[in-house]
Amino acid sequence: MAKLKSSSGGKYRTLPKVSTGIQGLDEVTLGGLPKGRPTLVCGGAGCGKTVLAMEFLCRGGIQYNEPGVFMAFEEKEKDLADNFASLGFDIPALVKDKKLAIDYVKIERNEIEETGEYDLEGLFVRLLSAIDSIGAKRVVLDTIEALFSGFTNQSILRAELRRIFGWLKDKGITAIITGEKGEHMLTKHGLEEYVADCVIYLDHRVNEQLATRRMKIIKYRGSRHGTSEFPFLIGDAGISVFPITSLLLTCRAYQDRVSSGIKQLDEMLDGKGYYRGTAVLLSGSAGSGKTSVAAQFADSMCEGGKKAIFFSFEESEGQILRNMKSIGLDLQKWIDKGQLKFISNRGSFCGLEAHLVLAHQALDDFRPDAIVMDPITTLLQSGTLDEAKAMIARLLDFAKNNGMTIVATDLTLKGNRGETTEIGISSLCDVWIKLTMEQEGRRKQRLLNILKARGMKHSHEVRNLVISDRGLSIEDIAEYAPSHIETADAPQFTAGGAK
Amino acid sequence: MTTKKQFENALKKRKPKKYVLHLYVAGLSPKSQKAIENIRKICAGYLQGKYDLKIQDIYKNPIFAKNGQILGVPTLIKELPLPLRKFVGDMSNTEKLLAGLDLRLNNK
Amino acid sequence: MKAWKLRLYVAGVTPKSLEAFANLKKICEEFLKGKYSIEIVDLLKDPKLAKGDQIVAIPTLVRRLPPPLKKIIGDLSNKEKVLVGLNIIKKG
Repeated sequence: MAKLKSSSGGKYRTLPKVSTGIQGLDEVTLGGLPKGRPTLVCGGAGCGKTVLAMEFLCRGGIQYNEPGVFMAFEEKEKDLADNFASLGFDIPALVKDKKLAIDYVKIERNEIEETGEYDLEGLFVRLLSAIDSIGAKRVVLDTIEALFSGFTNQSILRAELRRIFGWLKDKGITAIITGEKGEHMLTKHGLEEYVADCVIYLDHRVNEQLATRRMKIIKYRGSRHGTSEFPFLIGDAGISVFPITSLLLTCRAYQDRVSSGIKQLDEMLDGKGYYRGTAVLLSGSAGSGKTSVAAQFADSMCEGGKKAIFFSFEESEGQILRNMKSIGLDLQKWIDKGQLKFISNRGSFCGLEAHLVLAHQALDDFRPDAIVMDPITTLLQSGTLDEAKAMIARLLDFAKNNGMTIVATDLTLKGNRGETTEIGISSLCDVWIKLTMEQEGRRKQRLLNILKARGMKHSHEVRNLVISDRGLSIEDIAEYAPSHIETADAPQFTAGGAK
Repeated sequence: MTTKKQFENALKKRKPKKYVLHLYVAGLSPKSQKAIENIRKICAGYLQGKYDLKIQDIYKNPIFAKNGQILGVPTLIKELPLPLRKFVGDMSNTEKLLAGLDLRLNNK
Repeated sequence: MKAWKLRLYVAGVTPKSLEAFANLKKICEEFLKGKYSIEIVDLLKDPKLAKGDQIVAIPTLVRRLPPPLKKIIGDLSNKEKVLVGLNIIKKG
């Protein structure tokens, strides 16, 4: 199965690499970790470095027939097995099958009296024995800090570490070394000096109870690599990295067009509709018709035999299906046919990265032609505005590069003329359509106005969006001049009500 | 052959370790003379042929005062075998000196 | 029955290990005369033994008897540290 493209381009071969099999990691490293060399994975407590290291070994054994040795300096064997069972790795089974060997090394500072010259041959001997017992091609040392806290002679430690790495290199064994984050340096003891080939930094922050995880490739000698921070998740199948790197500027531009689902709207868009692989923003207050327009688009794509994903961040799948049914859109039938997938993920339940990694996974699995995000504003609430914008940009970028057309709705709050957030998101989109509710006495109208549509001639008229039980259409404005246009109160929705 | 036997044999064959001693004196002062005399006696008596004794005069070469961190004179520095040890004085306290040099009184 | 049982872990016959052995013998003769036995374990011959006493550094001296267990790493050239580490009370 061909992988979805990320915009960083093709492979760059100077160093041979080993695949990790970890979702997204091989992509951001353009092929995996440097073969036969040590890679340093560092970060604070709980950042996921042990998980990454262990997954590297497990997948090495299962997927690539490369058994591995895990030298544990911190955790006990049983704890490791328990921790990893929940990630879908059966450690005892792997050990039994000789795909994995774990050696638990205890180093206790107060037990050790240093009385002159020594070396770490004891460690070497154990490592060698473990490697030979299963013919290992991968090794993990977790964490190397334990050596530094156990032995005070820095120069001996340094020399021995160099010796270990040199020896692993000679044997063509690929290693992951984990290190703790330091205050002024990358690691507590400046490990990055010796492990110079590839350094990956894992960040784990908790912001108002939302945990966010980011991975950054600090260094990768002899290889191109993405320099951004990649969000990642630790899920029940291990780690998933969200491999988007580039900015919108490197987007592919598609020439073909797709229908918006509303004939008259297509006419307003140069007669042809949206460009494929672009992002459309529908902004407006509650009740202005955004979700309906977006749903109509999804429906029309499915009608044309295409696939669509509907990301709903506010309402449940049931609510939306019911609401759309009342305006004549039968989305259920597309779901039954497997052309439409609903993903309902309430905004506040997880951090920004979690949203995006899940979204990415969904796109990767389902490979839709169209995406609806309703409303995208929810994502802005998880994280700072800049972070959210950057993340959304990446997601849009990824989708666009794979020829997916995105229609996102943006909720304009009452009283807010939509300046800051709308402008922020609108700059990421190619088409911006504004929907407003206008009320004159007892008469309510929904107005639609195309504020921008890149690369095409579009109508600048403000027209009337009509929602009935037969669907959506756009007509000319009725013959009266409203004194002002304002966003009216959101009408109360019943189970059968339309937006 | 057991490991222990191996080691015993290897030890027998081992070349005895050479002592490297540096004595820092201040010209021809009585203390300095005494120190030189005492050290020479100890080397002859306990380190026959297995020592390298250098005598440095800090008047002739004041740089040694800085390099070797010499504050008191006379000062004896045992460079080898490790660990490095410093002794200050005229070296007349044989017992203490021998203990500090890891040598035993009346014995080798 | 020797009250002191000492085990020296080495990895082959190397200068450091020889040094440790020589120093150990000297210290034992001086402070534990007649009451000790020294055993040498070569991890190159049997690497699995490293796990038992959790040996990482070489040379490592383990005081197995009398209890409690004590470990000292290095060539044992620092006599004071060895004595302190083994908890041997100095004679005289």
